[in-house]
Amino acid sequence: MADAHSTESNYLTATTGLKSWLFTLDHKRIGLMYLVGVLVFFLAGGVFALTLRTELLTPQGGDFISATTYNKMFTLHGAVMVFLVIIPSVPAALGNFLLPLMLGAKDVAFPRLNLLSFWIYTLGSMFFLFTLAAGQLDTGWTFYTPYSNTTGTAVISATFGAFILGFSSILTGLNFIVTVHKMRAPGMTWNKMPLMVWALYSTAVIQVLATPVLAITLLLLIVERTLMIGIFDPAMGGDPVLYQHFFWFYSHPAVYIMILPGFGIESELIAVHSRKHIFGYKAIALSSVAIAIISFVVWGHHMFVSGQSELAGIVFSFLTFAVAVPTAIKTFSWVATLYKGSIEFNTPMLYGLMFLFTFSIGGLTGIFLGALSVDVHLHDTYFVVAHFHYVMMGGTIIAFVGGIHHWWPKMFGVMYSEKWGKISALFIFVGFNMTFFNQFLLGQQGMPRRYWSYAPQFQQQHILSTVGGYLLLVGFMIIAIYLVHSLRNGEKVGPNPWNAQSLEWTATASPPIEHNFHGQPRVENDPYNFPEIDRTGSSH
Amino acid sequence: MGDHAKPAKNHAFFQHHFNTVGQQAGAAKMGMWLFLATEVLMFSGLFLAYFVVRALYPEMVLSSHELLDKTMGGINTVVLLTSSFTMAMAVRYAQLGDNKRCATQLLITLACAFIFLGVKYVEYTGKFSHGIFPGGYFHYDEAAQYAHSHGHSFRGLPHVFFGLYFVMTGLHGVHVLAGIGVIVWVYLRAKRGDFKDGYYAPVENVGLYWHIVDLVWIFLFPLLYLVK
Repeated sequence: MADAHSTESNYLTATTGLKSWLFTLDHKRIGLMYLVGVLVFFLAGGVFALTLRTELLTPQGGDFISATTYNKMFTLHGAVMVFLVIIPSVPAALGNFLLPLMLGAKDVAFPRLNLLSFWIYTLGSMFFLFTLAAGQLDTGWTFYTPYSNTTGTAVISATFGAFILGFSSILTGLNFIVTVHKMRAPGMTWNKMPLMVWALYSTAVIQVLATPVLAITLLLLIVERTLMIGIFDPAMGGDPVLYQHFFWFYSHPAVYIMILPGFGIESELIAVHSRKHIFGYKAIALSSVAIAIISFVVWGHHMFVSGQSELAGIVFSFLTFAVAVPTAIKTFSWVATLYKGSIEFNTPMLYGLMFLFTFSIGGLTGIFLGALSVDVHLHDTYFVVAHFHYVMMGGTIIAFVGGIHHWWPKMFGVMYSEKWGKISALFIFVGFNMTFFNQFLLGQQGMPRRYWSYAPQFQQQHILSTVGGYLLLVGFMIIAIYLVHSLRNGEKVGPNPWNAQSLEWTATASPPIEHNFHGQPRVENDPYNFPEIDRTGSSH
Repeated sequence: MGDHAKPAKNHAFFQHHFNTVGQQAGAAKMGMWLFLATEVLMFSGLFLAYFVVRALYPEMVLSSHELLDKTMGGINTVVLLTSSFTMAMAVRYAQLGDNKRCATQLLITLACAFIFLGVKYVEYTGKFSHGIFPGGYFHYDEAAQYAHSHGHSFRGLPHVFFGLYFVMTGLHGVHVLAGIGVIVWVYLRAKRGDFKDGYYAPVENVGLYWHIVDLVWIFLFPLLYLVK
């Protein structure tokens, strides 16, 4: 084995030229290309969001953009952030890079499929960009019928884009499931897998099971719009609530496609940077699977006011509470891991702690919305906006940023600036809570979501929100600058700067060699047995 | 790179990120089964739509479905079932390393696929010629007259039923087309003599795909053509 690897070139330098990247089969390079794509669209989605927030500085609409532009902006913000950023962020970008390394494999099971998935993602993004340029879109990211059948905007190109992106998501999920089943290193039993792998696995299961339903939903929507077959549009004999059932049967599990990988990152951040064996390994691992299963039976809570039967509403409300149980198991396990740990307040840990704080708020307010009677009051208000931003951004994006910091030295072999890392984390924490916390209050007071103008008494809180948004921008800009700066000027690091115990740290260099490992790594310990753990205590 | 450890056991198509050929074959098969699961789930959306439409407009569905040609549907069912058998034979010959017989069976399977699409073409054009177009292009008067001449009368919104009929059988037809594509691919590989030394995963996976295409039709046919 060692013949080709005797010179220490790594995956970044092994081959050169644009083609060696665009047609690479190396999961690490594909992961990095995904990362670049995701970050570019994150910037675009962020610009859309700030446009909205700037318009909302004053109660009357129109001092900056028109009402139609406003509708298009929030649609693009939602659609880009959901389909192009959050869904691929952790699994396709970080997950692609990490999964084979964590399992001790040379690559994912199907490297060509992996590259195809990236190209499909690119193609789907093109459709979205096309939508942006031509006609735009004003339906909201949910494409609800009958409006999506009648609006003059580019519904077909946007839904077709989402349809294509679905294939990319399915292929990644399929690849990951097979990789976890078939490519684990000798000695790596299911209970010795890092929790990140469990999370990616559960995510992949949802991707494979839910996305096809979205595919057929969007296909039916396109057919409805072009051929008018009368399945969703009441004017032609269809049932618009059927569309909502179809859409949320995918899109509620998709919420867990977005958050589960964040849970995985959180487990790694908390355990590694508090130098303590993760508390409740099996509980965390299996609660991911439990969430994956329960997530399929809660979709009706998006339709409490859509005219579904009361009985269905009650059942869905109850099931929604049920999904909070495994989530709480995870949260308590993380807190218990921190207890008496040797906590290092470095940037990854700061994001880990931030996640606990913001995600808990997001999760708990989800219970408010899952309660049938409360939801009737809060439905379609800023309370909902605040809730899902606390989960999606306060959960997934915060974990994603923490993960980027945690694995940055592994990806590029350099360390970022810890000082600037902490400063930007502060900006993001303050900015995030300033933007979204008072949106809970706004919503509770009756401020409806998706409005371009609003009653004057809400102005102060809207201003606060907008300022918070700009603080977030500053925070992310600082991150972008010091991360890019570190690529050239960052301090070089060894294979395992965090002294972590999973294979991506212990068995390969930073950055890893092209084929990941010299020889086949074998696994004896579980990934959270840190060397300094006091073994007289209960490390298990 | 070279994994020279076990050259004796490796066939020509061994991929080096796997440790053994068994691992490679197992991964390929598992990947295919997962893909088939996504196919079933995708069609399940259409089946659900069908049942919802049936529940909303039972009389309309009953009166409309009488116009579908049960004989042609029946012929197509037999054709697809036959093709599934020849596909299974092709997999068996590939396992035995008999590329020649494998190719023959694949050819018969291909012929069946084309017959299926031919019959479908006749059915579609027959419907079109009597004004039964998908969705908004449905000509009510012409279609109602046609129904009358066959001793039936439409009730409610027949375009919804036929819209679904075209979408369901159309999507199935697209899958048959894709099936033709992948069968041609393994046929060419069999002609080249690729399948030997225990390497037959592509034929097996194409076979699995073809069986699911068959299976979807086994549900489509009674639901659309037969069920009262």
